[in-house]
This record gives sequence, structure tokens and C-alpha cells, in this order.
Amino acid sequence: MKTGKTVEITVGAFVAAGLLALFFLAMKVSNLGTLDTSDTYEVVAHFDNIGSLKVKAPVTMAGVELGRVASIGFDQERYQAVVKLAIYKRFDRIPDDTYAKILTAGLLGEQYVGLDPGGSETYLKEGSEIEITQSAMVLEEVIGQFIFGKAREESK
Amino acid sequence: MEALARLGAGWIRAVRHLGRALLLLLRILEGQSELLQRPRLLLEQLFSVGVLTVLIIAVSGLFVGMVLSLQGYYILSQFAAESALGVMVAASLLRELGPVVTALLFAGRAGSALTAEIGLMKATEQLSGLEMMAVDPVRRVLAPRFLAGFLAMPLLAALFSALGVLGGWFVGVGLLGVDDGTWWVQMQARIDWNEDLANGVIKSLVFGFVCTWIAVFQGYNSLPTSAGVSRATTRTVVHSSLAVLGLDFVLTALMFK
Repeated sequence: MKTGKTVEITVGAFVAAGLLALFFLAMKVSNLGTLDTSDTYEVVAHFDNIGSLKVKAPVTMAGVELGRVASIGFDQERYQAVVKLAIYKRFDRIPDDTYAKILTAGLLGEQYVGLDPGGSETYLKEGSEIEITQSAMVLEEVIGQFIFGKAREESK
Repeated sequence: MEALARLGAGWIRAVRHLGRALLLLLRILEGQSELLQRPRLLLEQLFSVGVLTVLIIAVSGLFVGMVLSLQGYYILSQFAAESALGVMVAASLLRELGPVVTALLFAGRAGSALTAEIGLMKATEQLSGLEMMAVDPVRRVLAPRFLAGFLAMPLLAALFSALGVLGGWFVGVGLLGVDDGTWWVQMQARIDWNEDLANGVIKSLVFGFVCTWIAVFQGYNSLPTSAGVSRATTRTVVHSSLAVLGLDFVLTALMFK
């Protein structure tokens, strides 16, 4: 057995190295370091079809992330998807006639919500609704329309 | 009839074995209170269980990360998806390889040493000697070893994963030419601290608990002969490895949906 001091020092170094590794994994490898923990307010948007949008998908305007999708529900009266968007409090001047659409990052990438600003002088706040929305593009429907259009062209 | 009796006897033996292990565990957990008064005992065990295992964990982590990166690049580059290499390396290390490979190496390096040490103490009647002096060997010998293993495992697994990511980075970014920024940004975007990192740490805590429990029990329960100690050491490695692999499947099924 080594002397007392050496044992203490090496055990201390071991524990420090282990904790350092955990810290490295948390801050540098996982999203803890980049997590935006600032306060948010929620706005609601109805969509006819959200495609494969997931909770926690980014909400962006001009390509900058303004928030995240907080929850996805279904409205039984209107047969539409109800998407709640959590937007960071520091972006408090988004016009209330903003236009929300579901976009896809790349050809097969994840879907996210893109916002186009309107011209209104009043701004979105907690609980307000985005009235103008556009559904996700579903590949089968687009291809279907394309084939349908081709067929009609040829029959003329 | 004879076969039926043998089956029954086997079951009874297995259940009795399990019961003894459980009772020992309860006594060990009860004995933890004494460690507050004698932190020195824990310190010495952390040295032999933790510090002496660091080298093999570090080298294995580095090489597993490097190999993952090399193989991942080969497959991902066929789909022009090299940018996801960092995510693949980090996710497989944090979720599975980090906790599991660390536990397997731990069972081989530290678990077997624990069993052999305790078994030899028993064979040379040191444990009986302690009892003669009214010192409870479970509190004095087993409890600090158990706690040390339980505490060392998550630290070792974190070291393994961290060095694996660095090894993967060295091969992926340094040798194969994946962009440095892409590697880290994609990784941070896709690896969730709660889903991936915290679940990995929970896994290694469970493995640490089970591996040290098996090691300590096998040592304490071994036959006090040289053949008995050697058999107990083998059983520690085999049982720990099987338990880790089996539990890993259950934990993965419960954690990641």
C-alpha cells in the first residue's frame, strides 16, 4: 500500500477528472451549454396538416430561432392540429398578423415552424393566436398533384 | 423422478443463494453509516477500485471512440452524411458503450480483484480474526468496498465517454477531414443532456451497484480454499458481465422510447 498522502492525492485527482469529464459531456457534447433557459410566452396556431412536426422543433423568423414548439394537440371541432409555440420573452415585437408555415430543413430533414412578419402595429403576447397559417408540404400530395396535372395536360 | 428432484434442488439452491446475497446487501447498506466516522476506509478503497482502473478505462475509451469514428465515417460517407459523425459517436458512447463497456472492464479489473481479496481474507481466516476482535467484517471490510465501487463507476463511465468523444474527434476531424465546427454544433444540437447524458449516468449507477454487489458477495461467499477463491473470481466476472448485458437491455427498453 502506498503512503497516505499519495492515496489522498490520486483519489482526489481521480474524482476531479471524473467530474471534469461529466462537465465536458454536459457542456460541450450535449445541449446543456446551448440551452436557452430564458422565459417564454405561448402563442397558438391552427394548422390543417402539420406533417411530421415534433415537439421541441425550432420556431424561426428570418432563419433565427425565436422559440420552440411547446405542444401539439388536436381540435375536435375544427379537425385541425393545435400547435403551441413557446417564444422567448426578449422577442416581444412580433406583429400579431404574422404568417406561420411549416417548413422542412433540407429534402429529408426535420420540420420546423417558420414565421413571416406582418405589418400590424400590435404585437403577439401570451395566449394570442396566429390566424394565418400554411400546412406542411406532404410529399405524396405534391407528387399526386404533379401526376394529376400531367395527365390533364396530355388529355387535352 | 430423479430429474425432477434435481431440478427442484437446483431451484432451492438458486433461491437460497439469492436470499443470502440479498441479506448481505442489506447488512452492507446498514453498515454504510460507519463510513461517516471512518472516511479513510472509503478513500483507500476508492484508490484500489477507482484510481487503479483509470488506465484501462482511458485507453479503451480512446480507442473505442477512434474505431467508432473510423467505421462511422466509412458508412456515413456513402450517404454524404459525414456531418452526422459526431452525433453518432457521442450518442452511441453516452447511451450504450460508455456505461456497458466500462462496467464490463470494471468487472474484469476491479470486481475480480475485490472477490479475490475478500475470498483470500476468508481463506486465511482474517475475517474470522476480525470477528474474534468484535469487529464486524461486513461493516469494516465489505461496506467501504461496496460504496467505493458504486461511486467510482459513474466517474469511470464519464471518463470513458469523454475520452471516446475526443478520440472520435481526433480521427474524424483530424485525420478524415470532417469540419470541426460541424462536428461540435451537430452534436450539441442532437444530444440531449437529459435524454442521453442523464440516462447514461443512471445506467452506470445501476451497473456500479450490481457489479460491486456481485463481487463482494462472491468473495464473502467463496469456499475458503484456493480452488474456491479461484472459482468465485471466475463467477464474479461471468455473473457481472451477464447481469450488465441483461440489465442494459431492460434499461434501454425503459429509457429510450
